[in-house]
Amino acid sequence: MRPFLYEKAADAAEAVHFFAQRAQAKYLGGGTNLVDLMRENIERPEIVIDVTGLSREIRDVDDGGLVIDAGTKNTTVASHRTVRERYPVLAQAILAGASAQIRNMATVGGNLMQRTRCYYFYDDAARCNKRERGKGCDAIEGFNRIHAILGASSHCVATHPSDMCVALAALDAIVYLEGPQGARHLRLVDLHRLPGDTPDIETELRAGELITAVEIPALPFAIRSTYRKVRDRSSYAFALVSVAAALDVDDKGNVRDVRLALGGVAHKPWRATAAEQALRGAPASEENFRRAAEAELKDAVGLAGNAFKIELAKRVIVNTLQKLAMESGAGS
Amino acid sequence: MTARTIHFTLNGAPVTADIKPHHNLVELLQTHFGLTGARESCGQGLCGCCTVLVDGRAVSGCLFLAVRIDGTEVVTIEGLDAGGKLNPMQEAFVETGAFQCGYCTPGFILMANQLLDAHPDPDDDQIRHYLSGNLCRCAAYPQIIDAVKLAAKKRKTIAA
Repeated sequence: MRPFLYEKAADAAEAVHFFAQRAQAKYLGGGTNLVDLMRENIERPEIVIDVTGLSREIRDVDDGGLVIDAGTKNTTVASHRTVRERYPVLAQAILAGASAQIRNMATVGGNLMQRTRCYYFYDDAARCNKRERGKGCDAIEGFNRIHAILGASSHCVATHPSDMCVALAALDAIVYLEGPQGARHLRLVDLHRLPGDTPDIETELRAGELITAVEIPALPFAIRSTYRKVRDRSSYAFALVSVAAALDVDDKGNVRDVRLALGGVAHKPWRATAAEQALRGAPASEENFRRAAEAELKDAVGLAGNAFKIELAKRVIVNTLQKLAMESGAGS
Repeated sequence: MTARTIHFTLNGAPVTADIKPHHNLVELLQTHFGLTGARESCGQGLCGCCTVLVDGRAVSGCLFLAVRIDGTEVVTIEGLDAGGKLNPMQEAFVETGAFQCGYCTPGFILMANQLLDAHPDPDDDQIRHYLSGNLCRCAAYPQIIDAVKLAAKKRKTIAA
């Protein structure tokens, strides 16, 4: 690994201060992605600012929501009682990702900021517009099984690899930031960007901004929520397609409310708003679940190696919603 | 870049080391303390050969910056047979023949102990999932699963 400066920040203000000292600076969470990329010579920071010394609490919010500090370990979140009870989709998504060792190291903030696992991004002998704008993309005509079918561009077909973020997208999570210009917050679904012609710009973060916490608003019906991940092997693999879903069915068997997000399909965690819209107020039936899935995947585009994911995504959506409907007593 | 001094507890003993920020935990253990139980194989956190316990939690040493070890308690495979007696998991690996070349074994044993701490009586599926971050290129997996189950029994006998 190339040498670099290391500073451990006591609080967010100090972290932001350290960040401004060098042109190439990186905040360090668990290091499971950043250190890996530094070893591969893809990330080359001059200074690494360790932010795991900041507060790492999970606290209740008065309205029934939850705030999770960015430095909290993934294992801690997944095993937290309130998370498991109120937001099972989040605990399941975290446990569906990585290995026990990696989850013990990885932080919530780092999970949000992890970079794509596109093979060509990782290989500095390959062309990649994300590493170097305008260079070209070797994935589009290469091995693209794990690549995007929604929202991609002719410049980049990479996917966001996080499972946790898919659950957070479904749960309307809010991301708190601290930066040189002060504090602000964003909706998680607005944090990550689609690639367009600037796939090297992956988030809406401004220079030096640090993620300090994630808030999950109250969502009572999320006690009935789940995460379904389809991958090439049943453990320790990235998603081909994943679905985070929460379903609220009334006593007449109609969908009162629903939250749906997809992973493994786009450059960002994909909130399935078209499907949600198609479902609200409709009978919770297999037919309607299929119609909603069709609406969401309407604009999907497949490549040689991943076109199968379009139908796969539809089936996983239907299957996941059916399971939730069954659990709520609404046969479909 | 400048060296710095870290202080930590290694297998129960207080120690000190001068390291640089780009050194990882495996390098720290091997070059400063001659401990080769945690070893690097993939260097990407995929194979589990570099597993080390930091403050009681298993981590991948190849991705863990040594500088962050300051103030922690580190346990490696070398710390398991304190007093010259093998840990029940080590015994179980020997008795079931759960290794061939042995390169991955320290990582498997540390992870399997963590599994039993959390789930004293795991089924095959739990074992397979929990150990999915550890790879055995000799493919001793069936015997590894047997070893974990045997160790679970040994632990119960000790506890009883």
